[in-house]
Amino acid sequence: MSFEYAPAPESRAVVSIKPKYGHFIGGKFVAGSKHFPTVNPATEEVLSQIALAGKAEVDAAVKAARKAYTTTWSKMSGKERGKYLYRIARIMQERAREFAVLETLDNGKPIRESRDTDIPLAAAHFFYHAGWADKLEYAGLGTSPKPLGVAGQIIPWNFPLLMLAWKVAPALAAGNTVVLKPAESTPLTALLFAEVCQQAELPAGVVNIVTGDGSTGALIVNHPGIDKIAFTGSTEVGKIIARAVAPTKKSVTLELGGKAANIVFDDAPIDETVEGIVNGIFFNQGHVCCAGSRLLLQENVAEEVLHKLKNRMEKIRVGDPMDKNTDVGAINSKEQLAKITELAAAGDAEGAERWSPACTLPAKGFWFAPTIFTGVTQAHRIAREEIFGPVLSVLTFRTPQEAIEKANNTPFGLSAGIWSEKGSRTLWASQQLRAGVIWANTFNKFDPTSPFGGYKESGWGREGGRHGLSAYLKGVSHE
Amino acid sequence: MSFYGLVDGSDASLKSYLNNLSGVDQVGAEARAAMLATRSIKTSAKRWAIDTAITMVDLTTLEGADTPGKVKALCTKAVRPDPTDSTVPSVGAVCVYNDMVSVARTHLDLIGGQHVPVAAVSTAFPSGRASMAVKIQDTQDAIDAGAAEIDMVIDRGAFLAGRYIDVFNEIVQIKQVCGDKAHLKVIFETGELVTYDNVRKASFLAMAAGADFIKTSTGKVAPAATPPVVLVMLEAVRDFYELTNTRIGVKPAGGIRNTKDAIKQLVLVNETVGPEWLNPKLFRIGASALLNDLLMQRMKMDEGYYSSPQYVTMD
Repeated sequence: MSFEYAPAPESRAVVSIKPKYGHFIGGKFVAGSKHFPTVNPATEEVLSQIALAGKAEVDAAVKAARKAYTTTWSKMSGKERGKYLYRIARIMQERAREFAVLETLDNGKPIRESRDTDIPLAAAHFFYHAGWADKLEYAGLGTSPKPLGVAGQIIPWNFPLLMLAWKVAPALAAGNTVVLKPAESTPLTALLFAEVCQQAELPAGVVNIVTGDGSTGALIVNHPGIDKIAFTGSTEVGKIIARAVAPTKKSVTLELGGKAANIVFDDAPIDETVEGIVNGIFFNQGHVCCAGSRLLLQENVAEEVLHKLKNRMEKIRVGDPMDKNTDVGAINSKEQLAKITELAAAGDAEGAERWSPACTLPAKGFWFAPTIFTGVTQAHRIAREEIFGPVLSVLTFRTPQEAIEKANNTPFGLSAGIWSEKGSRTLWASQQLRAGVIWANTFNKFDPTSPFGGYKESGWGREGGRHGLSAYLKGVSHE
Repeated sequence: MSFYGLVDGSDASLKSYLNNLSGVDQVGAEARAAMLATRSIKTSAKRWAIDTAITMVDLTTLEGADTPGKVKALCTKAVRPDPTDSTVPSVGAVCVYNDMVSVARTHLDLIGGQHVPVAAVSTAFPSGRASMAVKIQDTQDAIDAGAAEIDMVIDRGAFLAGRYIDVFNEIVQIKQVCGDKAHLKVIFETGELVTYDNVRKASFLAMAAGADFIKTSTGKVAPAATPPVVLVMLEAVRDFYELTNTRIGVKPAGGIRNTKDAIKQLVLVNETVGPEWLNPKLFRIGASALLNDLLMQRMKMDEGYYSSPQYVTMD
């Protein structure tokens, strides 16, 4: 008697991946000169050859963006810009399955997540910001806020299309044009988005997409023709960008790393808390800047919560990301897998106790079993450094005050979670935590109306909501 | 009585035990149930699930208009759900009102359905509004007539008024009447308890009092066996097993009308309390229309196309 779920693979037939891609500049696909491969991290299959943009391509993209800005986009009424954004949002919904399959192939995340989270949220960001386009004077930034100009946008590989939407939608709604560089390992959905821009007949040059590695990113950051840099990625690169733009007039927003505390008080609703812990750290293989990677358990319930957490982890389905029943997919790259492996080894070496459920990992591709470390203290590297993988560090606390002190004892401050059935305690804790996003009895919930961003080394500025819009407008806060 | 050592049978100990249970976060429970509803059950897994679900159906008729003829037809269907295909298993039980128990038992025995038990709804079903003497007599009648399973309702009024001990004592007394002759299923009518916290409390109350099964609903009140309600009950059963080493069954009833819904229930069982419970001894689905949809899906899997509803028997 057993209920083995038969394979339920999503069809790949819905996407057609070209053997080679160029850049999207001035509304057209332009052939690249040098190329590098993008692989499916679940199989190591080379999916396509991606162009590496050098100075000439970045110059051309910035030039196209500037031309579109001065001649078309900044002059267009908000109402007209909104129409384009609505059109893009609708096309993204219509082609949602295509985007989801492509995202899963290129990124390694489970199709359930790309289908139910990434793509619907990306479309939602365009719908939300389309609504703002003709209402900017009501954003609280003065009576006639103005766009900044050309925005250079560099996005990460963990939520490729969603991060594109977080960057492009507000920039366009506010009247800016963009030069966007998707991550080296996950460029395919951005290139499909370029097709959507063509399909929506977006004026040429409003969105330009150049692919490449860190060297391309540096060309964008240092380009004199760019007015604003928006970056999501590691704190390390964020610091380099901050130094580079400091002597310039560029505006900048940075969305960087995190080491979020997920705090469980002894009156928490235990079963839903366990779900929240799992979702907090194993969602998207833990490749989430706001992941709940430090679990703080009140000592008097620690044993019970850990017992239930381990039982729950036994049910996590790790494997083929294209299978609709997969919960945890592949690690995005060999480099990331090496980083996770190294930090987990540091956890072993420093005396924390490692536990993973029994699970068979595929032979090919990049995989890391869902893992928890117990007996972790503030002094462990795995309690301080961002692992960006499916690895949870478990610490305990005795009093609410101690929980807050431990939660705040980090250079990061992106997010935090509070689990309690007592409203007064939740409100008190949320006021003490130094984090940009605080979830109560839930985790990893995103919405375009809600500003997202960090304290301290987790970044500058906010994305989403009215706050996020202000990062793309010259208003009270920019003049 | 020991009540598994969880409570001592006093009002104070019961209240303190139930009020100390962990709360249930409504949003989180609904999100978990919704996530599990996305499981894609195909091919061999679907075929296994359909046959397993058939063996779990408590084929039910609970109408004022029930007649011996109607009940006999139901019994025939219960033993051989598809007269053209002998590989289709019998259902889990036939579920009828008290006065139809002997009709059902006699007819089942007559047609080779000795293996199909008769379940009787009891204790002034569906409202539970009667004196204890009547409830006991109701149960005794059904057992005397051959019921092997008693589906009793709790006194929701007492539960909502906080008189947990009254609800508890009723279950204890009905359990005594059942003795070793009948399995006791305790119906909460979750649509009237409303909150998941109440569902969790009622689950522990009933299990400690001696229920063999906990059951969502009478089928007369909506909402009934919603996936989050069943999830919360399965979690309670799982926790109770860890505490007492005793496996309690779960029976969702009401609103499960098609194969897709039934398979969602099996997924909830599989990923919450585990495959041990994927067994008619520990999981039943109270339904009437569901069986025909299971049969039609089964035919579709065998033949590759959907048949007209005229290819399955109406009762």
